[in-house]
Amino acid sequence: MPPEYIELRVKRQDGPEAAPYWHAFRVPWKPQHNVLSVLMEIRTNPVTTTGERVPAPVWDASCLEEVCGACTMLVNGHVRQACTALVDQLEQPIVLEPMRKFPVVRDLFVDRTRIFESFKKVHAWIPVDGTYDLGPGPRMSPEEQELRYALDRCIACGCCMDVCPQFHLDDPPDSGFVGAATIGQALLMNLHPTGRMNADERLDLLMRPGGIQDCGNAQNCVEACPKGIPLTHAIAEIGRQTTVKWVKDLLGR
Amino acid sequence: MAEPRFIVVGGGLAGLMTTIKIAEAGHQVDLFSIVPVRRSHSVCAQGGINAAVNWKGEGDSPWKHFDDTIYGGDFLANQPPVKAMCEAGPGIIFLLDRMGVTFNRTAEGLLDFRRFGGTLFHRTAFAGATTGQQLMYALDEQVRRYEAAGLVTKYERWDFCSLVLDETGRCRGITALDLERMEVRGFPAAAVMLATGGPGIIFGKSTNSQVNTGSAAAAAYQQGAYYANGEFIQVHPTAIPGNDKLRLISESIRGEGGRVWVPRDGKPWYFLEEWYPAYGNLVPRDIATRAIFKVVYELGLGIDGQPMVYLDVSHLDPVMLQKKVEGVLEIYEKFMGDDPKKVPMKIFPGMHYSMGGLWVDYDQMTNVPGLFAAGEVDYQYHGANRLGANSLLSCLYGGQIGGPAMVSFVKGHGAPEADGVCEREAKRQGELYARIMRMDGPENAWALAREMGEWMTANVTVVRDNKKLADTDRKLVELKDRWGRIGLSDRGRWANQEVSFTKQLWNMLELARVITLGALRRDESRGAHYKPAFPHRDDASWLRTTKARWTSDGPEFSYEPVDVSLIPPRPRKYDVAPEAAKKS
Repeated sequence: MPPEYIELRVKRQDGPEAAPYWHAFRVPWKPQHNVLSVLMEIRTNPVTTTGERVPAPVWDASCLEEVCGACTMLVNGHVRQACTALVDQLEQPIVLEPMRKFPVVRDLFVDRTRIFESFKKVHAWIPVDGTYDLGPGPRMSPEEQELRYALDRCIACGCCMDVCPQFHLDDPPDSGFVGAATIGQALLMNLHPTGRMNADERLDLLMRPGGIQDCGNAQNCVEACPKGIPLTHAIAEIGRQTTVKWVKDLLGR
Repeated sequence: MAEPRFIVVGGGLAGLMTTIKIAEAGHQVDLFSIVPVRRSHSVCAQGGINAAVNWKGEGDSPWKHFDDTIYGGDFLANQPPVKAMCEAGPGIIFLLDRMGVTFNRTAEGLLDFRRFGGTLFHRTAFAGATTGQQLMYALDEQVRRYEAAGLVTKYERWDFCSLVLDETGRCRGITALDLERMEVRGFPAAAVMLATGGPGIIFGKSTNSQVNTGSAAAAAYQQGAYYANGEFIQVHPTAIPGNDKLRLISESIRGEGGRVWVPRDGKPWYFLEEWYPAYGNLVPRDIATRAIFKVVYELGLGIDGQPMVYLDVSHLDPVMLQKKVEGVLEIYEKFMGDDPKKVPMKIFPGMHYSMGGLWVDYDQMTNVPGLFAAGEVDYQYHGANRLGANSLLSCLYGGQIGGPAMVSFVKGHGAPEADGVCEREAKRQGELYARIMRMDGPENAWALAREMGEWMTANVTVVRDNKKLADTDRKLVELKDRWGRIGLSDRGRWANQEVSFTKQLWNMLELARVITLGALRRDESRGAHYKPAFPHRDDASWLRTTKARWTSDGPEFSYEPVDVSLIPPRPRKYDVAPEAAKKS
């Protein structure tokens, strides 16, 4: 028999420097609830289980179908998207906390600018000549497409970074580890026939502090990735490419 | 003249394409987005993007794409820009391919194409069933390249508040709210692009993202921009009903062979295939949605008496499904717990897309000089019903036209010097937020929004009745009144989501009235707009574009003729192939 209520414990934090505290909420059980749909119920009448009227909890969300990556948080201690966290599959009370490796903006909302800055650091783009009509792109085998597609499904959610022992909240911005997702993006570009032409540029950047050598091979990333991205393959392959490049550089070729 | 700055509001496909075009021309762009651009709603597009390259040897052509689009839109779109879009299609997918989009490939390494609704050709390029996501990333990466080069400045997590208009009525910039500091700032620009997407959240639950409130478009409308064809709302035939949203199950599922059925007399009844033998499961969305409504509500044949029908791929090759539509099947399995490769999916129609939007000319400029619009927020390309896989195309095409048009507008009209107009508007908006912050009545903004959504979904979607539309408008007026009695639970001055949502809710209510009253006035049935009391298309009276202008007493409507100079209007029917339909 389904429970009468769904109980949620939400870690609150009024701002980046504020001390965290907890609120518990309860909403009537309904089939097909997920963590976000429960939070959406709560905000229409934000009263705690002890009857206290409190500010509606703040969280990040947009698509609600696990493709935008916004609603990533800790649900019962596991980092994941809250939209696909189905209530009936979770132990209650459901405990919600913000991600651990990104600065808290407010409550469950974190600032993940660092992810996009890391993508910028490794030049994760194809340098096209221009957007005018220059004819079809390069041909590619279905096998190459399949690997690239798998890497391209990264939703930049930061789960791989949240679970990585080498990735820290207080890393210096210029030399902190770029994280597994970023290495996946570098490989995605290096596998493209045009992107391959400046693969060395990306490898150079990944051979600096915060690059590939910071990976401690804990392999938590691939476990945590909600999209099943072959992150350890990407790390191994970029590791191989950087080694080859290092030897070539050494031999002056 | 100072170096002109350009503003793009919205970081989905249309906004990013506009940004790239302006930056490529060597100009500075300030790019505003309510979410980090890579998380914009374009990532939710699934099935693909249309371009008539005729790589399957079927005799396809941009003209046939144009004809399908006009016919699918029931002749309400002005034809010249639609023709130009279809002609640009192949160049756009080649560009995307060069940017590294992971499109599916044939054995020869070429782009693969699949079928989609409203056409008999394989015309849709796709990257699995997450095409919008892959397109977004490719453009996001190009914009990041320009950002690294210093040409693009991003303002992510800023909410558009208003246009800055000077005394001549020209758009001179925008004001925006920093969603962390809760401060309004004015940003001057020589030209502004609104690429802020659709208004799905007005309907409460839809396939849209939470950010798709239509608030920016509604703000521009309240400042004098015309809103056109608002009553044309697309309800997608196949979505998963949920408590928080209706999750889209892509048309590509049917493009790859999925079949829609309900049990009848103990056997599957493939009603779309029976009623529409030429197009079968790939009839346009308005047709499929009405058929499902008929089966469920008139014939009482929904699964177990519930408003649901089956969408079935369990007969198809699982390896093919894995390669071509995995992303969508995964969504179904994650939310419903069943593997669609084994068990038929249970689906129902859900609000999906607005064909209507800000009125624009063929250069994507609104009636407000210097203000442009592109993407779902404009009204230009889809007439009374959009064909699947045309939205990604129209977003990118609108950006390709709009970006350069903004640059030439500024060349022609100059970039005015700063004169305090921005600061004045920012002050006005800041005071408005301060008033909202003090609201302490008994109503809750999210609860009011839910009520609005329930009314809009019940009365202003698939089947429309004049009495119910009039009742809905009265309800909207009541909700506007109750809006004034909202009380905020949150009085924090940092990252206060309730304050920004309360402001957006007002804008949504304004736009909801445009949609509802536009539908009330249009006494005919055309494309997605269906009134049983007026079951036929009435070209004599209603082959007209609806234009709504804001007044303090509610929207004022006018109508303008549609340019049908290239393809004469003909009756729309999908039980027979186009050639046969033309003869009848």
